[in-house]
Amino acid sequence: MDVVFGFKEFVFLLIGLKWTVLLSLIAFTGGGIVGLLVALARTARSTALRRSMILYIAVFQGTPLLMQLFVVYYGLGLVGIQLPAWVAVAIAFTLNASAFLGDIWRGAIEALPRGQTDAATALGLPMLSQLRDVILPQALRIAQPATVGYMVQLIKGTSLAAIVGFIELARAGQIVSSQTFAPILVFGVVGAIYFALCWPLSLYSARLEAKFAAAR
Amino acid sequence: MGYQMDFSVVFAAFPQLLWGCLGTLGLALAGMSLAMLIGVVGVVTRQSTIAWLRRLTIAFIEIIRNTPFLVQIFFLYFALPALGLRLNPTVTAIIALGLNGGAYAIEIIRGGVQSIHKGQVEAGLALGLRKAQVFQFIVLKPALRAIYPSLTGQFIMLTLTSSICTSVAAYELTSVAQRIESDTFRSFEVYFTVTLMYLAISWMLMTAFAAISRQYFNYPTR
Repeated sequence: MDVVFGFKEFVFLLIGLKWTVLLSLIAFTGGGIVGLLVALARTARSTALRRSMILYIAVFQGTPLLMQLFVVYYGLGLVGIQLPAWVAVAIAFTLNASAFLGDIWRGAIEALPRGQTDAATALGLPMLSQLRDVILPQALRIAQPATVGYMVQLIKGTSLAAIVGFIELARAGQIVSSQTFAPILVFGVVGAIYFALCWPLSLYSARLEAKFAAAR
Repeated sequence: MGYQMDFSVVFAAFPQLLWGCLGTLGLALAGMSLAMLIGVVGVVTRQSTIAWLRRLTIAFIEIIRNTPFLVQIFFLYFALPALGLRLNPTVTAIIALGLNGGAYAIEIIRGGVQSIHKGQVEAGLALGLRKAQVFQFIVLKPALRAIYPSLTGQFIMLTLTSSICTSVAAYELTSVAQRIESDTFRSFEVYFTVTLMYLAISWMLMTAFAAISRQYFNYPTR
């Protein structure tokens, strides 16, 4: 019996989309928290801390996301941690995002004039307050365009979860495609859904960048 | 519990993996060459006075940059035969990588071209340089220098992206790894080793690019 690409199949794609969005949100939140620590450690005074973060970032930026996914996915199973596939995948994406966001925010922190830290120290602000009230608010503002731009990379990256069999948008597309024998139509629709998700973010990122460029 | 790591199967398959590394490099090199071609042509059509050509180029750039490579390669994998092009998976992968890299290359090269001020060309001509010399020393070399970091970064990114080409069974490192994994069931050992190989590849590329940059672009800017 032939299945045609109809309403039911489209809904199946939308359920996949839900997982793509959830996975992206989890990775962005988790990656944001860990990434903040990475950025702080990368700009810390301790040489050992700085060097280890340089290595951490280099490893994630110098290897394919797909391999990171495989290593985490199979590695967690090996040490005897039985996790649902989506948790393993979410951990891999979180680690990856933490390295990229950490590097973006490192750049923003380093872009701040040295006088900011000096002034905060001279005012007698404690370390935590220096970060929370002086450094981070300014740095995160500078990093806004790049951060939004990275979200696009992240959303696109979650499609790789399809290769380990997790049913998000891309995998849902593969399933519907093999049911309906209409791969061009199905992957066209899947691409259009990703585009609808990513393009507004790209435009927003470009607008932020133009705004900052004009302000400078 | 009590899993015993066993890298012996990985060592046994080492020659295959090294061939896979070459496959990856070849795929990336071919993809990047196509990407550069698309990039140069795209810069011209992107700036064209013909509106539909300009819009088409912009649409191409935006579609490629806002959809996942995995979906792009699947689409091509099925769309090319529908157009009557029956190609082997590795050629399909090269086309996919070329189109993907091309969209980014257009924007990178465009930035480089725009970084050359018109006044510099006029100054060069006024100094009595021939047109070819002006192009070589005043337009091409500084423009290349301006885009060199982004372009080489893009090349490394494309090399890493090429691992996704395993999904259409193109010949490269990840697909070799998947074959070994399905023969030996040593998933972690295989993928861990292959990850280190990718890391070595990107470090080698980075070192080579930095050396070339020191050699060719070693002159003061101002």
